Amino acid sequence: MEILMAFLIGILFMTATYLMLSKSLLRIIIGTGLLSHGAHLLLLTMGGLKRGAAPLLGEHAPSYADPLPQALILTAIVISFGVTAFFLVVAYRAYQELGTDNMDHLRGKEGHE
Amino acid sequence: MNNLIILPILIPLITGVVLIFFTKNIMAQRWISAISALLTIIASFMLAHQVYRNGIQTMDLSNWEAPYGITLVSDMLSALLVLTTSIIAFAALFYSFKSIGEARERFFYYPVVNFLIVGVNGAFTTGDIFNLFVFFEVMLMSSYVLIVLGGTKIQLRESIKYILVNVISSALFVIAVAYLYSVVGTLNMAHISVRLSEIGSAGIITVIAVLFLIVFGLKGAIFPLYFWLPGSYYAPPAPVMALFGALLTKVGVYSITRTYTLFFYHDVGYTHQLLQTLAVMTIIAGVIGALAYTDIKKIIIYNIIVAVGVILFGVSILTPESLTGSIFYLIHDMNIKATLFLLIGIIIVITGTSDLEKISGLINRYPALGWTFFIATAALAGIPPLSGFAGKLMVVRSGFETENYIGAFVVLMSSLLVLFSVMRIFIRGFWGTPRAYKNEERAPVKWLLVAPAILTVFAVLYGFGTEAIYPVISTAAETLANPEIYINAVLKE
Repeated sequence: MEILMAFLIGILFMTATYLMLSKSLLRIIIGTGLLSHGAHLLLLTMGGLKRGAAPLLGEHAPSYADPLPQALILTAIVISFGVTAFFLVVAYRAYQELGTDNMDHLRGKEGHE
Repeated sequence: MNNLIILPILIPLITGVVLIFFTKNIMAQRWISAISALLTIIASFMLAHQVYRNGIQTMDLSNWEAPYGITLVSDMLSALLVLTTSIIAFAALFYSFKSIGEARERFFYYPVVNFLIVGVNGAFTTGDIFNLFVFFEVMLMSSYVLIVLGGTKIQLRESIKYILVNVISSALFVIAVAYLYSVVGTLNMAHISVRLSEIGSAGIITVIAVLFLIVFGLKGAIFPLYFWLPGSYYAPPAPVMALFGALLTKVGVYSITRTYTLFFYHDVGYTHQLLQTLAVMTIIAGVIGALAYTDIKKIIIYNIIVAVGVILFGVSILTPESLTGSIFYLIHDMNIKATLFLLIGIIIVITGTSDLEKISGLINRYPALGWTFFIATAALAGIPPLSGFAGKLMVVRSGFETENYIGAFVVLMSSLLVLFSVMRIFIRGFWGTPRAYKNEERAPVKWLLVAPAILTVFAVLYGFGTEAIYPVISTAAETLANPEIYINAVLKE
């Protein structure tokens, strides 16, 4: 199971890298979304994938799931959700102001202004 | 258990939330944020005093005991940094009252600055590696807003790059924490340190160490990863630049210092050698940038990078003296970078340009500005009685003692070139024939000069009071050099 997850995470990172290297701003943002998905799945996998009961003390279950990675992922998902939303708004505003979403035209050369 | 620890985080947080409801009333916003900044200074001063008196203070949130819950830890280093942050925040806020402009004030400038302080103080204080990530995000989210607030073309263009770089480094941060968690199974920083020393030096730990160096290096702008900084810091107005230049990169530097003294001190031959090489390269790259530009903003921005290199060079040597030097220099640099950014902000307000070619003869009309700037530049370069000297001296001396001749030599040369790069601003901008500038009459120079002048006084006092401050700083360095002190304070073994 861990091996399978590793492949999945690898594919997500690969796709994310490819998208982030493209010129269109929207693709880049989708890339960052995929990157954070990959990171979250990695976090889940690193906690150990196993079937088990809810982590409550005093129960006689044979194994417990580790609750900590789940709590971390939940936090990380919320944060990346907020950042992505903000990023999209900034990108849209930049598109309105600057009239382009092509990263090649967003270079800061002309007199730094 | 000490509830004082959370006050420097809590006061700005509550202020930020309250200020959101007063966006239309600018005077109320100014007063509330100034008073809360003063309260933060008082709280963090009391905290620093307690830490100095009674050793490391900790606070287990919700009373979950140390390795299980989130712990806030205030050792001497973090208490000092929190104090410095609070002072700089107050200065930047005070400066903003007359310079940031009503449009920005109406659109949540003060709340966002307060949230930024929450993130910075939180990152300095937390004792939990994932909580560090959360505070990083609080700080970054506020910095995204501050960098884009105003919505000019350059700001929009640069903020996109800034956000992208930081989103990627945040994802890497999560990955690094995941790896670390899979190895040690805990998130409490003291507990991680215990578990890591049980494992000793293993290949995977070196990998994690380098991953953390990349993550924090992206925020702290070390050599190959500083590429985003000159462009992004160039865009926002002066008080925001001062906050960014003084605080944001230093949070990265602090995190490297913390993780490389508390976690990854087992395979010093690889990790710290890497850190040292990168630190020296950082100094060289920063100096080249500082000399290459004739734009005053760019010159100071590249000087941030030089300072990051000097501090990390001291950290990489990892002797008590070099750590003392690094902390001395870190606090000096936060103060002096804020001062310089605020001062060049005044120059830009007066002249309407940041191009050194178009500025000259300012000292005729503005002698106070000129001499404040002169003292600040001298302090930046580390001219003996001023604040940069003691830290650099200790870093260089321990560099020579541990036979890192190249690094120590580069640090020495860099101070000379740094002096040259900023003295150029003084000579070209303040000497020469006076010119008339368009917006000169409307510039509230006297008001704006108050905040940087106070910070310059701090720089002078910090330099002259080295003898008095030394025991405080060496306490901080002692904790860094002996992780057991930190561990015992947190886990109470």
